Amino acid sequence: MTKIKSLADLKKKKEDLQSKIALREKSDTPEGRVLVKVAMATCGIASGSKEVMEYMVDELDKRNIDAIVTQTGCMGYCYAEPTIEVKLPDQEPVVYGYVDTRKADEIIEKYIRNQELVDGIIPVNYQTIEKDKEE
Amino acid sequence: MLVCAGTGCRASSSDMLYKNLNKELKEHDLQDDVQVVETGCFGFCEKGPIVKVIPDNTFYVSVTPEDAKEIVAEHALKGRQVERLLYVDPVNKKHISDSKGMGFYKKQIRIALRNCGLIDPESIDEYLAADGYEALGKVLSEMTPEEAIQEMIDSGLRGRGGGGFPTGVKWQIASKVEGDQKYVVCNADEGDPGAFMDRSILEGDPHSVLEAMVINGYCIGATKGLIYIRAEYPLAIERLKIAIRQAREYGLLGTDILGSGFDFDVEIRYGAGAFVCGEETALIHSMEGERGEPTFKPPFPAQSGYLGMPTNVNNVETFANIPVIYNKGAKWFASIGTEKSKGTKVFALAGKINNVGLIEVPMGITLREVIFEIGGGIKDGKKFRAVQTGGPSGGCLTDKHLDTPIDFDNLIEAGSMMGSGGMIVMDEDDCMVSVAKFYLDFTVEESCGKCSPCRVGNKRLYELLEKITQGKADKEDLDNLRNLSMVIRDTSLCGLGQTSPNPVLSTMDNFMEEYDAHVEDQRCPAGSCKELIRYEIIPENCVGCTACARNCPVNCIAGERKQLHTIDQSLCIKCNACFEKCKFNAVAIV
Ligand SMILES: Cc1cc2nc3c(=O)[nH]c(=O)nc-3n(C[C@H](O)[C@H](O)[C@H](O)COP(=O)(O)O)c2cc1C
Ligand code: SF4
Ligand code: SF4
Ligand code: SF4
Ligand code: FES
Ligand code: FES
Repeated sequence: MTKIKSLADLKKKKEDLQSKIALREKSDTPEGRVLVKVAMATCGIASGSKEVMEYMVDELDKRNIDAIVTQTGCMGYCYAEPTIEVKLPDQEPVVYGYVDTRKADEIIEKYIRNQELVDGIIPVNYQTIEKDKEE
Repeated sequence: MLVCAGTGCRASSSDMLYKNLNKELKEHDLQDDVQVVETGCFGFCEKGPIVKVIPDNTFYVSVTPEDAKEIVAEHALKGRQVERLLYVDPVNKKHISDSKGMGFYKKQIRIALRNCGLIDPESIDEYLAADGYEALGKVLSEMTPEEAIQEMIDSGLRGRGGGGFPTGVKWQIASKVEGDQKYVVCNADEGDPGAFMDRSILEGDPHSVLEAMVINGYCIGATKGLIYIRAEYPLAIERLKIAIRQAREYGLLGTDILGSGFDFDVEIRYGAGAFVCGEETALIHSMEGERGEPTFKPPFPAQSGYLGMPTNVNNVETFANIPVIYNKGAKWFASIGTEKSKGTKVFALAGKINNVGLIEVPMGITLREVIFEIGGGIKDGKKFRAVQTGGPSGGCLTDKHLDTPIDFDNLIEAGSMMGSGGMIVMDEDDCMVSVAKFYLDFTVEESCGKCSPCRVGNKRLYELLEKITQGKADKEDLDNLRNLSMVIRDTSLCGLGQTSPNPVLSTMDNFMEEYDAHVEDQRCPAGSCKELIRYEIIPENCVGCTACARNCPVNCIAGERKQLHTIDQSLCIKCNACFEKCKFNAVAIV
């Protein structure tokens, strides 16, 4: 891996990465790509998020759905673990709570395939900060 | 249509509302065009039930099941909002039609947790794409250490590990002390029972802590960083290791970082999970391979810390705030929070509350907002009793503190403290004497034993509390309890002993009537002290279903099928099984 040698280097790297991520979200298929994030902190794993993650990876692949499944940290909804976030192309991400493999199946078939929302959505209840801007 | 099915809204009939909406849609033959979906809590329970309509982001509040008709007829059919159900802005009294602009219902602001749940913690690239290491780049190439420290002072950030000491000032002190080798230490010991803020940050965003440690090193002239983490956090350790490796590969740790000529590297040190090792002097001794016992301050770690060298110790959450402060400016950070406590605080919300979880709220928010809105209120519709903050060093707050803005100073004034951020909510079934006893039990276990007020005093305190919960104490014991508490507080060597009587003192201040009931009437008002309660069967209610008798582990309930049952008090071990099993409200705790 090449080292980052200056602030200018760092900024360039960031822009490259950001456009790579933007590209990844677009993908080349007309329907675009689905992004799934599984909350994998201790409490998530304790309530079964590992199985959910494996299930998602396997099943999306088996069912020929072009998707990227990644892990992430605590979303804060520990009462509703396991939680996953699903982002369909050109849509706001949606968080689902209490996801077991049955729920995951429902999410794949109904939400990911048909864009039909499924019970168990966890509304975002926090504000995020605009990261880049100095205010 | 998103209908909140969180516990708070369900209690005000959101399930009926859900059914009615579906019914109305069917009547208008819209069931294929409009979908009704149940969601979790919006964190706005006070105004529940909530219905959110997408994609136009209409946010209806206090919706009754009867309102379903109008919502479907107007909104679903004609596309017109039902104005009277819209949320009214408390400031300008206008109806809010698009919830996109309704940031204020979102009581949480995520600064320290900004990346948790958003990026992959095992990918430095995702961290970089989220402005990672940019603050470091800025500090190294555009600021002198003095300027960078000044920025920290101006931000008003105070330590999140419990004490609330101004971080910038601490850095300034450490920067001025001379030493051949200075150290930056990250305190990830997190020993408070029920607290998991630091763990979640390390598991969700380890690079933010590394980045801040390098900045810290540059500011005070340290080239080595140490993270002291308890071995019980294997996932956090694993992710930290990955993060350190990746940062080294990119040259963000190591020599000549970003071409600045500044060197810094980080190592992990493991703790065995003793609470006292979170205290900074004990932590340093533990890292040196000595016994994890505190020593008297001064000298402070800044003067003589790790291996006798100047050392700056900060908490995980303190560090996690730092990169954002440089990216967005001290002024921005100082605009959030109260006059003397800036920014946000992460709390681990636990106990008898509906939405157990990790929250990050601006300083100055009230306990009421945290418990009844974000937290979704008390479980099973029970009554709020108290909230414990600050762990074993803190105290219990009550009804009368619900509207106090939470910050470092207000909590201390109310007889508790911020602590590291554990927040345990209690309901009417919790006995406050037992709560104090629980924390004392913890302290007795965790006291390092170096000084006698703490080692012996806390044990005696515990015994007094035990006597009270058994109904064997008298008035004099209560006086002794208070006096001994004061002595321990005033004469202990370290923070553990100095704060250990707080749970006792604060419950005595706020719930004296409960202590009195135990002592004078041998009665536990919450019905939880085993020695003071009895289980009795109410003859009018008992139908003789035998459920209690079949579940009694000591077979002390007698009675024929369809006959009144009775408990043999001399054998009963007060296990509560009969109370739980009886479906006819025939078992009473008296
Ligand atoms: C008994 C005791 C336990 C402590 N435990 C912790 C802990 O687990 N984590 C922590 O960051 N600070 C803990 N502290 C506070 C530390 O001594 C120290 O003040 C803190 O790490 C400084 O960092 P900050 O200024 O960023 O808060 C504890 C203090 C005492 C007296
Ligand atoms: S107060 Fe308690 S924990 Fe602290 S040094 Fe004394 S005995 Fe040890
Ligand atoms: S479970 Fe209740 S109703 Fe049934 S026998 Fe026992 S006390 Fe009576
Ligand atoms: S409390 Fe337990 S031991 Fe006592 S009567 Fe009920 S079931 Fe039996
Ligand atoms: S650790 Fe999973 S939501 Fe908190
Ligand atoms: S907003 Fe509905 S339960 Fe909290």
